[in-house]
Amino acid sequence: MRMWAQSHLCQKPQRATSMLAVAFALVCLILGACQPASAFPAFARKYGLRCSACHESWPMLNYFGQKFKDNGYQLMNDRDAPIWQNPGYWPVTFRFTPFWSRENVNKVAVDTGSGQQSLTTTGFNYGGLDILSGGTLEKNISVLFVPSSDETGKFHFESANVRFDNLLGSPWLNVKVGKFELDSFVSEKRTLTLSANGAAYQLFHYIPVGDGNIFGQLGDNQLGVEWMGHSFNDRTRLSVAVFNSVDGSPDLPYGQNSYSVFIAGSQAFSAGKLGVQRIGGYAMIGEAATTFALQGGAPLSGSGVGNKDFSRVGFEGLFYLGPKLDFQVFTQHGSDSAWFGQGYGDFIDNPGGLCPNINPTGPCNNTGQGLPAGARRPTWNGAFVETHLVWSPQLTVFQRSEWVRMSQQSTPGTPSDLGNLDNYVVGYRYNPFMTSRAGFAFHNEFSWFRERGGAPDGTDLSSSSLMLGFDFAF
Amino acid sequence: MRVFKSVYGCAGVLSLALAAGVAVWGQDAPDTGPKARLALKATESHIGNLTGHAADGKTDYRRYCAGCHGDYGDANGENAVWLDPKPRDFTIATFKCRSTLTGTLPTDEDLYNSIGRGFTNSNMPIWNTLSPQQRANLVAYIKIFSPRWDKEKAGEPIKIPAETAVTLDSIAHGKALFTKLECWKCHGSHGEGDGPSASTLTDSKDNPIRPYNFAAGKDDSRFKCGNSNQDIYKIFMTGVDGTPMPSFADVIQPNDAWDLVHFLRTLQINRHGKENEVLSAAHGVIPPYVDKNPAPAAPENKAPGSGQ
Repeated sequence: MRMWAQSHLCQKPQRATSMLAVAFALVCLILGACQPASAFPAFARKYGLRCSACHESWPMLNYFGQKFKDNGYQLMNDRDAPIWQNPGYWPVTFRFTPFWSRENVNKVAVDTGSGQQSLTTTGFNYGGLDILSGGTLEKNISVLFVPSSDETGKFHFESANVRFDNLLGSPWLNVKVGKFELDSFVSEKRTLTLSANGAAYQLFHYIPVGDGNIFGQLGDNQLGVEWMGHSFNDRTRLSVAVFNSVDGSPDLPYGQNSYSVFIAGSQAFSAGKLGVQRIGGYAMIGEAATTFALQGGAPLSGSGVGNKDFSRVGFEGLFYLGPKLDFQVFTQHGSDSAWFGQGYGDFIDNPGGLCPNINPTGPCNNTGQGLPAGARRPTWNGAFVETHLVWSPQLTVFQRSEWVRMSQQSTPGTPSDLGNLDNYVVGYRYNPFMTSRAGFAFHNEFSWFRERGGAPDGTDLSSSSLMLGFDFAF
Repeated sequence: MRVFKSVYGCAGVLSLALAAGVAVWGQDAPDTGPKARLALKATESHIGNLTGHAADGKTDYRRYCAGCHGDYGDANGENAVWLDPKPRDFTIATFKCRSTLTGTLPTDEDLYNSIGRGFTNSNMPIWNTLSPQQRANLVAYIKIFSPRWDKEKAGEPIKIPAETAVTLDSIAHGKALFTKLECWKCHGSHGEGDGPSASTLTDSKDNPIRPYNFAAGKDDSRFKCGNSNQDIYKIFMTGVDGTPMPSFADVIQPNDAWDLVHFLRTLQINRHGKENEVLSAAHGVIPPYVDKNPAPAAPENKAPGSGQ
């Protein structure tokens, strides 16, 4: 369950628990195996288009690829129905990434000496396996099904949805049902970065230290329904998704009536020789349960009540400075209910239900316990800028700089910078050849990560990752 | 952060070396291959106020076009073998969709519109996500592949008169023209692309080619070169070069051409439009055409026995 694992494991350092800090080095290695999905050579084979037609550098979509996706995996050229398959087309793609990496974390809790030490490890690894199957069933009806494994071979379903597009002949009426990626055009599933500290957008998974709300993660695929509309040339895009507040987990295991909404809109416009620019915004507003009935001391699935709210809002932009250089900008203002800020809510990563601030020994339910005096909504602001220098369709150099800053801690007296994050990534990706049959890239990346107050002793936690690998999709 | 130590340092140096290597290796040019390197001419395109530059279109051509049209524009991209119809061969500069007379080069705007419109019933997508400047640059770039662009000027766009009213009479006249000009031989009497000659047709490269099936599709059906009535007018007045579809500019008067357009629209039986509304009002029956203003007959054309 790679993206799930990634999104949750990525948050471990943000929680001040020594146990997680101990595991961090191992987590780094695991994270190296965490990679986004969604580059689809099967579509290239179907339509006879090179990877570069749809991807600025695969898996990152360009405007044409985004339009193809928005049309329900259709080019709208009367060659979309499955009967137009050419002999090389089989609607399944495999992707995996063997690599060598060096991982370092500055402070890991140990049982001896001062109780913590630096840990560095190197070695070969591979990034699990994504199996992507999708495409049209009939004109304007398509599916996407993505079983994905971690490096142990354990599978989960990262995406499983059916979509109905161009209803009533209008590109403004497209509906998707199932488990799907939220419709931010800055897509973590399609990021070019792969290393342990760089594979995930921190902002897509950020949770303040001690916070129990895991349901506001933009980067996790969600279970629900989405309406999406776009103009014929895809310059204007709007979408609204309604989904369970379960962080994409199936079987409705948490709240009884907990839903979240994700709204996104963007507008692209031509800026002459600079290229086509896109600006937009998003808002994720939801509520999730904080109180559960217990059965044998464990939370009872589906019993969650006491919904509390959270929100993530921000700006996103894609700016081109000519044909070879672009900047992705993403910002976020996040806010959680004080209840989440005190640790309520998370029965996925915290099945024992421990709330250190409230009830260190008992379940983390708000029944009769209430909030500590002065507890407030944790709020934060963050942003990242990702740059792509597309030297040629075969060679892309990239960097990302990301920052998250707490603006209000839930518990008064907490250091104001606890949980602040800095993350820097730089690398390049080279495709020795480009065809419409398969994707192959040599990938080299270095990333560095720091969390204020995240080390076992309360000082800063930092880690770095160097990765050299090969990315295959075929 | 002690980055450059032991293994890490070696790996960093290795990474940099590889980066430098691929940066050189990955130069943006189809420089190798059996054919001589293409010199980028200072070719331009002009579409309204836009000026496209071939040099600026090179990367986009490789990114979006070369897979089918080939690095050298000779329709030998790696996907060409799979495609039907085959991609356009830019080295011979014969283009289907033009506003200019048959046999002439298209205008830059014709090529620009073709890129943004795509080609129905083919693998050519709708590239309207590209910016106007990108499309203009691509137009300039594809002009470097054929010497025709150096030797000839684009043809003059044909004049399209204002559309005449859609009437049952105009539809009937269009049908008469459809019969007289033998359009049915390829397109079939009901426009379903099944005329007696349909199975024998090939394009200028001897690839089998199918005549357009008017009856397929619904309101979203498109013609190869556009979907407006003006586009249909242009198609048969300029011809579709490189295919058996000829130009009828020399045999149809402009107003008669509109009548043919109106009839052709009625062959799109699943399309909602004024032509089918007029036909429905007549219970779907097109009356025989009666020429109300016959040209005066020349004496030698008089029927036998006339004047007796």
